[in-house]
Amino acid sequence: MAHDTAHTDVIPEQGHLEHKDYMDSHDGPAWGGGKRPFKASYGKLMMWYFLLSDAFTFAGFLIAYGAIRFSMPTWPVPDHVFSAFPGGFHGWPLIFVTVMTFVLILSSVTMVRAVQEGHRRNKRGVMFWMALTIIGGAAFLGCQAWEWNTMINEEGVTVTKNPFSTHLQGGTYLTGAEIEGAGFEKVMTETHGKTATYYLEPGAEDIEENRLFVKQNHQKEVLAGESFKEEDPYLITYNHDTHLYEPSAFKTPDGSIHKEAFGPIAFGSLFFFITGFHGFHVFSGVVFLLIILINVASGLYHNRSNNYEMVEKIGLYWHFVDLVWVFVFLVFYLL
Amino acid sequence: MSVVNYDEDVLIKEQGFDDHFHDHHHGDKYQSNFITTYIFSQDHKIIGKQFLITGMIWAIIGAGMSIIFRLQLGFPDDSLTWIKPLLGKWITVNETTGIGTLAPEFYYALVTMHGTILVFFVLTAGLSGTFSNLLIPLQIGARDMASPLLNMLSYWFFFIAGVVMFCSLFLSTGPFAGGWTAYPPLSALPQASDGSGAGMTMWVASLVLFVVSVLLGGVNYITTVLNLRTKGMTMWRMPLTIWAFLITAILGLLSFPVLVSALLLVMCDRGLGTSFFLSEIFVGGEALNHVGGSPVLYQHLFWFLGHPEVYIIILPAMGLTSEVLSVHARKPIFGYKAMVFSILAIAFLSFIVWAHHMFMSGVNPFISNFFVIFTLIIAVPSAVKVFNWIATLYGGNIRFVSAMLFAMGFVSLFISGGLTGIFLGNAAIDIQMHDTYFVVAHFHIVMGIAAFFGMFAGIYHWFPKMYGRFMNETLGRIHFWGTMIGAYAIFWPMHYLGMAGVPRRYYRFDNFETFSHFSQMNQFITIAAIIVFFLQILFVVNFFVSIWKGKRVTTKNPWGATTLEWTTPIDAGHGNWPGNIPAVHRWAYDYGKDGVEFIPQIVPLTDEEKENEADLH
Repeated sequence: MAHDTAHTDVIPEQGHLEHKDYMDSHDGPAWGGGKRPFKASYGKLMMWYFLLSDAFTFAGFLIAYGAIRFSMPTWPVPDHVFSAFPGGFHGWPLIFVTVMTFVLILSSVTMVRAVQEGHRRNKRGVMFWMALTIIGGAAFLGCQAWEWNTMINEEGVTVTKNPFSTHLQGGTYLTGAEIEGAGFEKVMTETHGKTATYYLEPGAEDIEENRLFVKQNHQKEVLAGESFKEEDPYLITYNHDTHLYEPSAFKTPDGSIHKEAFGPIAFGSLFFFITGFHGFHVFSGVVFLLIILINVASGLYHNRSNNYEMVEKIGLYWHFVDLVWVFVFLVFYLL
Repeated sequence: MSVVNYDEDVLIKEQGFDDHFHDHHHGDKYQSNFITTYIFSQDHKIIGKQFLITGMIWAIIGAGMSIIFRLQLGFPDDSLTWIKPLLGKWITVNETTGIGTLAPEFYYALVTMHGTILVFFVLTAGLSGTFSNLLIPLQIGARDMASPLLNMLSYWFFFIAGVVMFCSLFLSTGPFAGGWTAYPPLSALPQASDGSGAGMTMWVASLVLFVVSVLLGGVNYITTVLNLRTKGMTMWRMPLTIWAFLITAILGLLSFPVLVSALLLVMCDRGLGTSFFLSEIFVGGEALNHVGGSPVLYQHLFWFLGHPEVYIIILPAMGLTSEVLSVHARKPIFGYKAMVFSILAIAFLSFIVWAHHMFMSGVNPFISNFFVIFTLIIAVPSAVKVFNWIATLYGGNIRFVSAMLFAMGFVSLFISGGLTGIFLGNAAIDIQMHDTYFVVAHFHIVMGIAAFFGMFAGIYHWFPKMYGRFMNETLGRIHFWGTMIGAYAIFWPMHYLGMAGVPRRYYRFDNFETFSHFSQMNQFITIAAIIVFFLQILFVVNFFVSIWKGKRVTTKNPWGATTLEWTTPIDAGHGNWPGNIPAVHRWAYDYGKDGVEFIPQIVPLTDEEKENEADLH
């Protein structure tokens, strides 16, 4: 590339055929040919068009999410599902995802600063702010890994299993004595070296579908006797000692005894698929940012004298990925 | 009418645009040896040829498949033992009678692959890939695409997609056999049928690679048209080919990603046990765990691509036809701006009519009304285009060369196939017709054969530009008349089959007394298909022989056309113009103006023309 520094007010194209820098070098209407109508290089335009197409991929997923969700009679309540926090805390609705989201949005701010330093042709500034952006992206991915791990290993949500759901009617959780009083038999079996206690209807086969448990939470506190209203969220506790889901018994106001049902499996499938696809975008972004950071450090973009356009292009991608997260956040965590 | 001989070299030298091409090109470091010139080439002209020849190979494979299943439909009782060396175990030979029968599951595989190959590999990559690559830089006056590297990758992703699909043909369980639309559950359950296992996995892999190719190509085409037009090439001076390629690329850019969404979700259903598109279902008497998904959701996502896809196929053919008609009628295209606005209207409408493919799928009939209305409105811009093509021909000094014959054939086929579209766009009629041969006839004429005719028109017309030689004109005319008559012979009777209720996709009809009297019609269709197939082989022979033996082009502009590609040297190198880039002074259709037969776009306006133009503003 043979561009002198006096040339920097005209942003030249970076192409394999080095023929495009005559663009914008003469007068004429913007759409008259021989000019770039948007005053943007071909690389920037291509990034915009790629992002447009990627937006349609995400739109396809989110529309699928909406179609499936609204065909379901129940759906988990996000405040209830996303309420864990590192350190063993529970009952902190959406606090962790707030932190995650804040980190990601902060990384957009640092990205803007990196682009700005690029326009100032300040190589050290670009490197500093890009490094912060990479840290932000990596931190977001770390948060996502923690959240996935908690969902899968603590709560037992997988792509085919969803213990979270919403009550279709109000009621009261039953104690063991109450369940026995209703004529159920108490069964204690050895499961994976631990004793599991559950109740069966007399004569019922001892299989998963027929077992009733007493409601308890993650801290093994028994919640029997608690009342709940229609549309209250619940979680079928996964007992890590026995490796059993413990669907609780509850009584409705008319006196009939029911068992809590698993929630729609589509919740887990959609959650892992869509946040996973987004996470893959963040991961790719971090990789590209790293490569571009190395190139910045090598002075490659400085010598191109195009105001670090490559940093600006990856910046477009990075902001897009953040924007998509806003929609993912909206549909999974807020609605 | 006077013929003026223009000296392009002088015009470009005096009027053109010096971009210091030679300052940068001391030899071409990107095209230094055989591999970088002909294989991993970054020259758009070579990449266009690669798309074309790959598309031709796929067309022969796809059409060959149709001959095999047409033999089954036309002659279900005759022996296919002779084809066993090719198909192997898919032909079972009865030991006592010696009669070879096509395996029913392979019949479905053949139909599926025929559709997939023709729609994606031939009529998308082979058509818009070829001509967008060849013509966009040449006709807008650019040295190459915006990113030659991504352009090269676009071809190679297409190539790898083809390799994967080709390999799937040789799986012991056969390629995917659930229809080119890959509806669940056949696509979402590996155990649903033979082809649903590894065949479908490879089908998905191939199509995802193909979408990558389309997107790499698409962003390049759009960016090139917007950013790299030469000085004076305003949007309203672009040939209609460029408009068609631009809008086609935009359609692909916005619709193919949604196919990727659907395919990734299908892969989860297949591999991870999710239920996005699967609800309660039994396979082989066994109840599966899947619950709560919706196969109709897949259909919505698929047809959000699928409908724009048919315009991705037909718009380039329309653009090529418009250009060829105008050049060989020696008249300006009638209603240039109306043509552009029609393309834009068709493109917009194509995004809001997808559910007309799903009237039978349990879509709410009230919602269908919406889709019926917008579907029928597409007839308006389509009719505008047809009117303009005919008005272009009217009073023209028509040269009946092969390219022109195919362009006129396109108009005929587009009318015939378009009219049946009006039947099928109505939900009330579609529900009767949908799964019959009427639909087969409709879409084959309007987007299959018609798109091929546009492609043939383009190949015959631009062959001199591609290879510096002409194709054999006599063979070209035999090719045209045989294909024109043959295509109608194949598909016209299918309308009657459809109206009589003969269902599509059936392997044989002899169990149905109702359809038995159509057996001779099916034989007739099959024989016509075989003849048309061999006529295409004739075309392929003509194509390849003409590359080396065809009549040489002696002047830069053998057709007397106005557009920029004919101002390059006959054997243009990488970068297209050896010196300056030509500047453009007028639109692409100054034929027969002021008594001059044609005025190329590089010719400056005369003083009189400038005055007239000033009066208009």
